[in-house]
Amino acid sequence: MPEPLSQETISREIAELAARSDGGDHPSRDYPPYRSSGLRHPHRPLVAPPEAYAELRGPVFGVSDVTPLDADLTRQHAGEPLGERITVTGRVTDRDGRPVRGQLVEVWQANASGRYPHLRDQHPAPLDPNFSGTGRCLTDADGRYAFTTIKPGAYPWKNHVNAWRPAHIHFSVFGTAFAQRLVTQMYFPGDPLFPYDPILQSVTDDKARERLVAAYDHELSRPEWSLGYRWDIVLDGPSATWMEEGR
Amino acid sequence: MRPTPSQTVGPFYGYALPFRGGGDLVPPGRPGAVAVHGHVYDGAGDPVPDALLEFWQADEAGNLDGKPGSTRRDEVDGSFAGRDGVTFTGFARVATDLDGHWTLHTVRPGGPPYIAVCVFARGLLHHLYTRVYLEDAGDALLTSLPADRRATLVAAPERDGVYRFDIRLQGEGETVFLDLG
Ligand SMILES: [Fe+3]
Repeated sequence: MPEPLSQETISREIAELAARSDGGDHPSRDYPPYRSSGLRHPHRPLVAPPEAYAELRGPVFGVSDVTPLDADLTRQHAGEPLGERITVTGRVTDRDGRPVRGQLVEVWQANASGRYPHLRDQHPAPLDPNFSGTGRCLTDADGRYAFTTIKPGAYPWKNHVNAWRPAHIHFSVFGTAFAQRLVTQMYFPGDPLFPYDPILQSVTDDKARERLVAAYDHELSRPEWSLGYRWDIVLDGPSATWMEEGR
Repeated sequence: MRPTPSQTVGPFYGYALPFRGGGDLVPPGRPGAVAVHGHVYDGAGDPVPDALLEFWQADEAGNLDGKPGSTRRDEVDGSFAGRDGVTFTGFARVATDLDGHWTLHTVRPGGPPYIAVCVFARGLLHHLYTRVYLEDAGDALLTSLPADRRATLVAAPERDGVYRFDIRLQGEGETVFLDLG
């Protein structure tokens, strides 16, 4: 019988790969401490196409694609969800700082106890009948998005023995080009689980990893109501505008 | 500005990202419609039941402007209403089923002769891009590739209006994935 995989082993692998960080912005798809990546990353190098057309343009969304209530995850059921009410807001821009306007931002997260309403999540923490944990909105003319939700809980997963995910909100973001697509996770400042988590640590560059952590912003907190977090998103990849400008 | 790093879509996106009719860019069976379907496989040749595929393409006339309405909401109860059945939005999203299988109902793209694909999965820390060509268009990308690799981007006709396109994430027959810079 194989030895159970310990945090010690995973932490050693994380440290070894951090020491060899290439300073890249994105995780390597081949990141052994995250065991599920083993059979799910290509072995061959990616191919730069001589020409790209469709990828430099992208899907568009409009007012019919969202309802105003979609951005408030605390108002999707008859009662109020349990947990610490928070707002999360920020701007979506391209690498030149230009706002990404009118684009779809989708979020999903565990409830305050660290449980997803998904059949495959069998973590023995309570489901909350008043919280589904999905939200959507369109960015405004300044590229800004905003969600009202509750702070998600940490949860265990089976990567190794005693593996726990730091609290996080999953984000899906569209740019103006399909090549700017981003799916990522936002974390909360000061979480003690950061060093143990191979998914966060797959971003081996310290500065890049810090960009995944929201800032608590007291100005955004609302008296007697909610705590405010700010998290800006910068999309990578080319768009038609970039190419026209000869980048 | 430095970009926000990617993170895996994880295992539990299923109640958040897929939407009703997500794979039906046109109603199935519409005259001129084609079905493209296949499996996603991992490096052991096993199907990937928790992958999410997104598709983006020009309409039949080659128009790449796209249209809103892919994730149209019902204003009464807030559920996904589905596309309106006449507007071609250009964007589709399909989660693989427990067999690792997916299906897209669409039309042949005019203009650039391919459907752009973005692949997400649990275990995949950063999405991958590829292309579905409904026939070997001999464009600059295809002609730049050796024959065996080129074949991974061309859908195989199965019967009238039905094409097969498997995505292999790793190993033998590995799909060509794109570096879009
Ligand atoms: Fe999660």
